[in-house]
Amino acid sequence: MTTLTDPPVESFRLSMLLNDTRYRGYTLQFIALILIFLFFGWLISNAIQNLADLGQDISYEFLGEAAGYDINQQPIPYNSQDTHFRASMVGVLNTLIVAFLGCLTATVLGVVAGVLRLSNNWIVSKLMAIYVEAFRNVPVLIWILIIFSIMTVSLPGPRDFRGDDATASMLFDSFAFTNRGVYVPRPIWEAGSWLVVVTFLLSVLAIILYRRYATKLLYDTGRLLPTFWPSLALFFVPTLLMFFILGRPIGLEYPELRGFNFQGGIQVRGSLIALWFALAIYTGAFIAENVRAGIQAISKGQTEAAASLGLRPNRIMSLVILPQALRVIIPPLISQYLNLTKNSSLAIAVGYMDVTGTLGGITLNQTGRAIETVLLLMLFYLLISLSISAVMNLYNNAVKLKER
Amino acid sequence: MAMTDEALARKDANVSDEVAISIENMNKWYGTFHVLRDIDLTVYRGERIVICGPSGSGKSTLIRCINALEEHQKGRIVVDGTLLSSDIKNIDTIRSEVGMVFQHFNLFPHLTILENCTLAPIWVRKIPKKEAEETAMHFLTKVKIPEQANKYPGQLSGGQQQRVAIARSLCMRPRIMLFDEPTSALDPEMIKEVLDTMIELAEEGMTMLCVTHEMGFARQVANRVIFMDDGQIVEQNEPEEFFKNPKSDRTKLFLSQILGH
Amino acid sequence: MSEMHAHSVAFVRETSIPPSPPPAAETGAVKWVRENLFSSVTNSILTLLALLAVYSILSLILPWLLNGIWNTGSRRECLDQLQGQVGGCFSVLTERWHQLIFGRYPIDSYWRPTLAFVLMFVAIAPVLFSALPRKMLIWTGLFPFVAYWLVWGGSILSPLAVLIGFVIGYLVYRKLVDQSFAMGFIGGLIATVLFWWVSGLILGEDPPRVLALTPVESREIGGFMLNMILGVTCVSLSLPLGIALALGRQSKMPIIRIFSVIFIEFIRGVPLITLLFVANVVLAYFLPPNANFDIIVRVMIMITLFAAAYIAEVIRGGLAALPRGQYEAADSLGLDYSQAMRLIILPQALKISIPGIVNVAVGLFKDTTLVSVISMFDLVGIIRGPIVSVTEWQGIYWELYGFAALLFFVCCYGISQYSQWLERQLQTDHR
Repeated sequence: MTTLTDPPVESFRLSMLLNDTRYRGYTLQFIALILIFLFFGWLISNAIQNLADLGQDISYEFLGEAAGYDINQQPIPYNSQDTHFRASMVGVLNTLIVAFLGCLTATVLGVVAGVLRLSNNWIVSKLMAIYVEAFRNVPVLIWILIIFSIMTVSLPGPRDFRGDDATASMLFDSFAFTNRGVYVPRPIWEAGSWLVVVTFLLSVLAIILYRRYATKLLYDTGRLLPTFWPSLALFFVPTLLMFFILGRPIGLEYPELRGFNFQGGIQVRGSLIALWFALAIYTGAFIAENVRAGIQAISKGQTEAAASLGLRPNRIMSLVILPQALRVIIPPLISQYLNLTKNSSLAIAVGYMDVTGTLGGITLNQTGRAIETVLLLMLFYLLISLSISAVMNLYNNAVKLKER
Repeated sequence: MAMTDEALARKDANVSDEVAISIENMNKWYGTFHVLRDIDLTVYRGERIVICGPSGSGKSTLIRCINALEEHQKGRIVVDGTLLSSDIKNIDTIRSEVGMVFQHFNLFPHLTILENCTLAPIWVRKIPKKEAEETAMHFLTKVKIPEQANKYPGQLSGGQQQRVAIARSLCMRPRIMLFDEPTSALDPEMIKEVLDTMIELAEEGMTMLCVTHEMGFARQVANRVIFMDDGQIVEQNEPEEFFKNPKSDRTKLFLSQILGH
Repeated sequence: MSEMHAHSVAFVRETSIPPSPPPAAETGAVKWVRENLFSSVTNSILTLLALLAVYSILSLILPWLLNGIWNTGSRRECLDQLQGQVGGCFSVLTERWHQLIFGRYPIDSYWRPTLAFVLMFVAIAPVLFSALPRKMLIWTGLFPFVAYWLVWGGSILSPLAVLIGFVIGYLVYRKLVDQSFAMGFIGGLIATVLFWWVSGLILGEDPPRVLALTPVESREIGGFMLNMILGVTCVSLSLPLGIALALGRQSKMPIIRIFSVIFIEFIRGVPLITLLFVANVVLAYFLPPNANFDIIVRVMIMITLFAAAYIAEVIRGGLAALPRGQYEAADSLGLDYSQAMRLIILPQALKISIPGIVNVAVGLFKDTTLVSVISMFDLVGIIRGPIVSVTEWQGIYWELYGFAALLFFVCCYGISQYSQWLERQLQTDHR
């Protein structure tokens, strides 16, 4: 049985390609690679054949041609004579606008609902549970359509605001909710307004510095300064002072009913509001679940330990629970942002001109360049997803370092 | 735990001249970290070897190399006449000849005790299910838990789980058993039941390599104790001599630390 | 205390204290209300706000629901009957329910999808409830073919040929698997494809009408039925694909891993709508020139790929959650890769992944409504298209969308409740 002789000289045999752990991996990968190539080769040869049969080619020249269609929400100047590329850019910006607004609102809604769901108030927590379950279990497309119907069917038309016996009225004389969109006041920046803005930014900076100073003072001398009231004062007082000293350089242009429609102010279209609210409420329900799970993941033991050390409830929250809960909450939160951004492509269902509506909708239909437009559309969303993932990885790494 | 002559005689009775495992000049690195350095070790059939040493000394890695759970980069390992190479068939042969018991049992939680024991015989050895179950019950009786056969691992105590793990390995009818700190994860009162099972196995003449800190066990059943430090074999001797007259300073220090209290 | 002496620590209790009820104020409804609703000032305010919210929601919905009209022929008649009162016009549901559920499916064949739907529960039951006899799984295997035959109609020979192909493949696999898993798999695959090819030649384009049902065109299939078909088919098909991708992503072989990662990240990085665009206008370019793939098939391919990427990520989480010891124990017993995966790793990883998989399934089911964007007439599509555009029902939204929302809510909530029950079941199991 003993084999203490020298190992047999290893010569390469063909069977080693499959049986030897050193080569086996290469063999399998090689086979996989060939299969993948064959598959894609087949797809591409089909495409070439099909394109030849239809007399088409792959070309991106259409991006430079005049688009010839109008876009109802233009964050950058655009008219129908501009190129398809510019139309796509308008769409991209519209996507980013609704995604940004949606994420912001969804976060607020989600955090509030998640925290309230853990409240020991029975009726409030049940109400939040109903909100979460109702919105999580119904397709977002249906919510978008429902809210869009509210915006277009149930709201009064501008002419209902007319006359003495108007059936509708403006909120605070500055907001008008109509079936053509919501009109809100537009800020007018006059000379000197930048000073007010700078003052505001400086006072925010001052709040941060003051809080740092307070913490440092606590560490160094053990003296605890009040932080809440000074922060509040810093937030409002300097900015307001500057505002009045300079003679109110920032004014508001109110929407006004002129003829059959409102003029002035900013018109926020019903499609944007429907998309924004529906995405925010829908995603908010998911975020609420994440927030709840995050807070619950922090064991009761942590609260008890902190309490037994004599920390007060608000300090327990800010010093012990929140830092740990955030670590659990933020990664799923970011992926919810990603979902919201991707879901914003449902804009096409309510006619909001985001990138899916411009590039993937009208441009595709007008030029018939299906492969090119869909590819560009996918690349755009992929780019956003990858950037958000990159941010998430950065965050995860930062958190990991702190754990050590 | 003084050894009587009788016990000592019994201890050596099973050892033959046949080589079970031979390791020659084996080296292993994790990246640039040299975990095992020039290991030379010959294990004869029927031998019971206890390997001890401080944590991180490479003792677990050594026995994990024997059944190719870890790859070594230099040197030869011959197990039961089969040269351990990168050939899958060789690795499979060796693994089915060598049983392994882990620190954390590693029972399959989704299978019953009986299924845990019959899985490998059925799928690797291709033994008919009925026969495999009979064998499994035989070994479960041997480790004294036949009544638990239809429970799941999670329902058993740590000691019971480790005995099942031993039975599971035995069901493959291995010629060599490797134990990787089998009692370190157990509560004190459960250590004895596992050790008793191992002692019984030893008395039947199984070739065993145990990484363990149970020095009582080493005295009672081992014919050889190996002390490892820094990835090297520092000292090896018969247990009696090893504990009475350790030669190396590192061994002395180690022994004083673990026997000191 | 009285039994103790001043400075002695020794103490022996001689009489035991019987348990007594708590003070009266601490029990009952009053205590519950005080503790749960009015424990502090903020809490009381919250309670009042919540009550206000509940009141305003109910005061909007209840009259609409209770005054609802169920039996008119058009919206006009509803408005006439309501005479200015608030109330829903639910007649649209009673009049158009067949469109909402079945799309444009031939009315005299409604029994076919209905039967398939009922049979689906028989097929799913043994998968969901492990207490049922294992023999029922045979029916689970047969169901897809029966369902296809029932829904699309036509000769039974075509689905039968596909089924026999699978059976032959399985038999060959069983024969060869003793030698190696790869052998069995490839052998089975070849046998299956070979049989399909041969039977395709024999049966031809128009197979003999054995047990033939009236064929139904894909574009006639719509309504909630289409959501169901898409959801069920795509989730079932994406499971094996998702498992393969998850294993690929964990593989030690860089090419396979990179391919899996690119596929998964690409699919997860784009919205489903763009994939549906692909199915609608792009995919046809990449398929053989003469192949005329049905839009439903193309959509199914894309949704399956979409779901597979998400399921792969869920399963990857399950695989990562398994302790390394499980892999090592399987190795040390001499199990090869496919055995270790099939017998040890996947059963456990899948069990851990069940809640995640159910989440993906629910999400996917909801997302099947997106096909309305590429003008397929699923539940949402049929509401937005044929129903709202006819003159009788123009201007009706809430009743229809409310109905759609309710249908989805019942299904999705039911599934997620079941998954939570299953999770609890699995947690207590084996402990």
